[in-house]
Amino acid sequence: MSEARLLTNTNSLRRNVAVGALVREREHTDTLAHKLEAKNFNFYYGTFQALSDISMVMREHSITAIIGPSGCGKSTLLRAINRMHDQTPGARGNGQLMLDGQNIYGPETDAVLLRRRIGMVFQRPNVFAKSIFDNIAYGLRIAGWHDRKQLAARVEQCLRQAALWDEVKDRLHSSALGLSGGQQQRLCIARAIAPRPEVLLMDEPCSALDPIATLKVEELMLELRREYTIVIVTHNMQQAARASDETAFMLMDPATRSGQLIEFGPTNRIFTNPQDKRTEDYVTGQFG
Amino acid sequence: MITQATNYRRRKLVDYGMRGLTIGATVLALIPLVLILSYVVFRGAGALNIAFFTQAYEPPVVGLDGEVGNAGGVLHGIIGSLIIVGIALIMALPIGILAGVFLAEYPSNSVATVVRFCTDVLSAAPSIVIGVAAYVLIVQRTHQFSALAGSVALAVLMVPVITRTTEEILKLVPHTMREAAMALGAPKWWQTLTVVLPTAMSGIMTGVLLAFARATGETAPLLLTVLGNNNVSVKLLEPMAALPLLTYKYTDTPFPAQNTLAWGTALVLTLLVLTVNLSVRWATRSRTK
Repeated sequence: MSEARLLTNTNSLRRNVAVGALVREREHTDTLAHKLEAKNFNFYYGTFQALSDISMVMREHSITAIIGPSGCGKSTLLRAINRMHDQTPGARGNGQLMLDGQNIYGPETDAVLLRRRIGMVFQRPNVFAKSIFDNIAYGLRIAGWHDRKQLAARVEQCLRQAALWDEVKDRLHSSALGLSGGQQQRLCIARAIAPRPEVLLMDEPCSALDPIATLKVEELMLELRREYTIVIVTHNMQQAARASDETAFMLMDPATRSGQLIEFGPTNRIFTNPQDKRTEDYVTGQFG
Repeated sequence: MITQATNYRRRKLVDYGMRGLTIGATVLALIPLVLILSYVVFRGAGALNIAFFTQAYEPPVVGLDGEVGNAGGVLHGIIGSLIIVGIALIMALPIGILAGVFLAEYPSNSVATVVRFCTDVLSAAPSIVIGVAAYVLIVQRTHQFSALAGSVALAVLMVPVITRTTEEILKLVPHTMREAAMALGAPKWWQTLTVVLPTAMSGIMTGVLLAFARATGETAPLLLTVLGNNNVSVKLLEPMAALPLLTYKYTDTPFPAQNTLAWGTALVLTLLVLTVNLSVRWATRSRTK
């Protein structure tokens, strides 16, 4: 093995250790406030029930992972949190899904204002056909930021947080479409955190990334945890185990085809001592 | 081990044959285009001189040797066309683009279906029909042929083209971009204004250019609305000259010098559309690099 490769391996090993250590700090999350709470939440696409009777909490300053096989409704649940389904005809939620005790699907909740408090990172990088700077400033300008200096400072800060600053600092005003896939995804994360949302939703943010970029994103999540509440949907169980405080395991009910929450608890327990046989089968790889 | 399949020769032949067909069809399609363009250049280039661009209509004079000379120029037509089409564009652009945005961004309601149907009917309507409508509704009522009536007729022709291209192009903007803007707390109108429209701008401009090119070359509606004018005129409420009208008029005269002017006008018309096309494309080229 060449020296360079050895070095990279050691580096990523070190990163792994660092990431593990950060997670271990947080074995007890039960004292943290409930930022989001679902109580008997159901979601429908027309007459089809996509989610049935979901009850769980997502705690402030912690990372909640939602895992499960394809079609189990985990993305539907995540997107329900900031009402991304609003444009889909026939899509509606009922039951309770609370942000700081206020029902997200209540009549008094304005979806646009809600989304300014809940940021989102998508599965595929979806940068705007604008410059790198304007991409990140987009949410800030919506929030009423116009002072050039303040904007520039926040843009730099977010790019640094997303570990992208060094790669793009010399071309902030060239198109974001010129970045690589991994860079674009980190740009999307920087863009999502720029307006300082309270909650950050991540829908399989690493599925289009290579392992190194994935690790960078995970490190970033652990750092962001200090300020934000993070909910991440992932197919990658190692990722859930590495980088989350609590884990929800979902499955599709074979009879009704609607998504159910099978088990929810501290990540450590879900992966080492699951209470439900189906969870155990899934996390040990004997299923799906 | 890779052995050649028994039908290898046949596959190769079919490949050559198909490629030949596509190339042949392309050449066949290009032949009339090249012939027309080169003939217009060939006949028209001779008419282009200073007088052509600086003079309006001059009555033909018969020289001492019996030759008919002194054709004058088409300055009045160039100015007239720019004014008429320019005003038509100003009228059609906001209506066309906004209607296109409506159709693309709010597609599933009954109003959109009606609008889409009307747009299709309108874009298929013969231009002379639009001309007659403008004649009856504007010229007859005001008892006056006018440039403005011509602009209205051309605008009616442009709107459906702009609307449908805008709609088609906006539909191509990935849904994920709208989602990204929505997730950042942008209201729908702001998403459309700041993300969807800028992304689609070069495509929309292509539609606008198509409409512009079509309107610039239209003759029939102008015959019934702006009528024509032998002098340079910039008065919107009076008859005005236009390049296609001059081509029509000068082709149909017994004076060879004016026939040459007709070719020159055709060439200028072609070049005008080409120049505008290229410059707008250059101005709205995608800045991804």
